[in-house]
Amino acid sequence: MDAISGDLNAPHSMGTTIIGVTYDGGVVLGADSRTSTGMYVANRASDKITQLTDNVYICRSGSAADSQIVSDYVRYYLHQHTIQLGQPATVKVAANLVRLIAYNNKNMLQTGLIVGGWDKYEGGKIYGIPLGGTILELPFTIGGSGSSYLYGFFDQVWKEGMTQDEAEKLVVKAVSLAIARDGASGGVVRTVTINKDGATRKFYPGESLPLWHEELEAKDSLLDILSAASPEPMVS
Amino acid sequence: MSKIAESVPPKGGFSFDLCKRNEMLVQKGLKQPSFLKTGTTIVGLVFKDGVILGADTRATEGPIVADKNCEKIHYMAPNIYCCGAGTAADTEAVTGIITLILSHVVLIAITSALCYCFWYACNLFYLFNVAMLSLDMVSSQLKLHRFHTGRDSRVVTALTLLKSHLFSYQGHVSAALVLGGVDVTGPHLHTIYPHGSTDTLPFATMGSGSLAAMAVFESKYREGLSRDEGVTLVAEAICSGIFNDLGSGSNVDIWEKEYLRNYMLPNPRTYVSEKGYSFSKKTAEVLLTKITPLRELVEVIEGGDAMEE
Repeated sequence: MDAISGDLNAPHSMGTTIIGVTYDGGVVLGADSRTSTGMYVANRASDKITQLTDNVYICRSGSAADSQIVSDYVRYYLHQHTIQLGQPATVKVAANLVRLIAYNNKNMLQTGLIVGGWDKYEGGKIYGIPLGGTILELPFTIGGSGSSYLYGFFDQVWKEGMTQDEAEKLVVKAVSLAIARDGASGGVVRTVTINKDGATRKFYPGESLPLWHEELEAKDSLLDILSAASPEPMVS
Repeated sequence: MSKIAESVPPKGGFSFDLCKRNEMLVQKGLKQPSFLKTGTTIVGLVFKDGVILGADTRATEGPIVADKNCEKIHYMAPNIYCCGAGTAADTEAVTGIITLILSHVVLIAITSALCYCFWYACNLFYLFNVAMLSLDMVSSQLKLHRFHTGRDSRVVTALTLLKSHLFSYQGHVSAALVLGGVDVTGPHLHTIYPHGSTDTLPFATMGSGSLAAMAVFESKYREGLSRDEGVTLVAEAICSGIFNDLGSGSNVDIWEKEYLRNYMLPNPRTYVSEKGYSFSKKTAEVLLTKITPLRELVEVIEGGDAMEE
């Protein structure tokens, strides 16, 4: 019991896969949905893509508490900024607010973030803010524990000026590849596409994701049992 | 005036110095006094029209059961309740029920380590009486907020207050909570971890028995349960925790719009002494009998003036 209870007391962390890519006309943000406390999956359907404003979203990884608090503070500051400015905040401002909090509290925070959005001045932009509080404006970026498995994949597959459809397919494929290899990533894939028309959320349940090398078809899975009319009676 | 300012730490916030000292002492070999933990099973479930919370009733102190029938479902607002797992003192303190204020602990300035006081307090009192050292207790804050706004409390308000409180103590307040309630926006269920992170879920379990209870939920939960089905499922999940987890036991408490204390008692005391517990009059020898009628000492005046303002 001690090993398990020790794990349950471990800080809630999102060993994650988070991705942000730009395409011609906007950005696509993607993430898995597993939140773990030690070896136990505390939430298998968490939402790691949080809204900051109507046109800017943030992908959270690392310590769940730290990333939630940072995004709450930035949402609050951005709200004030929007009122004072009189128009929607730019992605650059949002990313820099995140960076200021991450950098100035670098000793206490343990969270890697990806800020993505669309504004009328710069169009679709992705900013990566890893541990320590660096800010990097990039055409695409990946983060979280599952990202280790995606660097080579992106080097090969990435190209500028993709269409929205291509970008979404790329993100879903990448997250599902990372889920296949990283124990700390799993669950469902969530994406948010942000362009001049606003933000659209999409949800890809685990069974809709492609299977990769050596992965087996689900057999007698819980999903089938639940959707069946009644469970089979136990026969002794 | 400047002298008073000097005794206050220059920066605001909690001072973690004594926490470091405690860790250093443990490393040197000091045996930490065990505090009252609710090795627990707490669950929450959203059904068609609302939220059901469930909890077991065992409070442990290391391997000993300190309280066989404690209350783990705490009041936050008339429409919001919160189950607490972790250190009993911490869950009680943070949700706002004070059953006892330790006067000599209160005298210790708030700037001295809160964790030391909790340690000390929990060591002294083996039941889950709590020293209210921090002034912001969430249910009190919610009540004030209700007075201020003139509206019923919302679950997200309680959630934000709890999460900020726990985050500011960086996980040292060891309270894992399942917060549920129904407000104008609908039914809500959240889990809050000691470090301050939260999840919003249709069904949730926390505590040492959470794995056992989650197994029940994962196999039997579906959307659109009725109230009775939901209550049965919650009771089943708690029973699973009670029977399969050593840290949980005794009875099942349920909250669904009203608090059903000891909804189920699956662990009755089966041994009943044959001799019984009544003692006949001849058991103790009477040495002296003195009866003093009090009526003679008190003067009863009838009539008199009516009370006037």
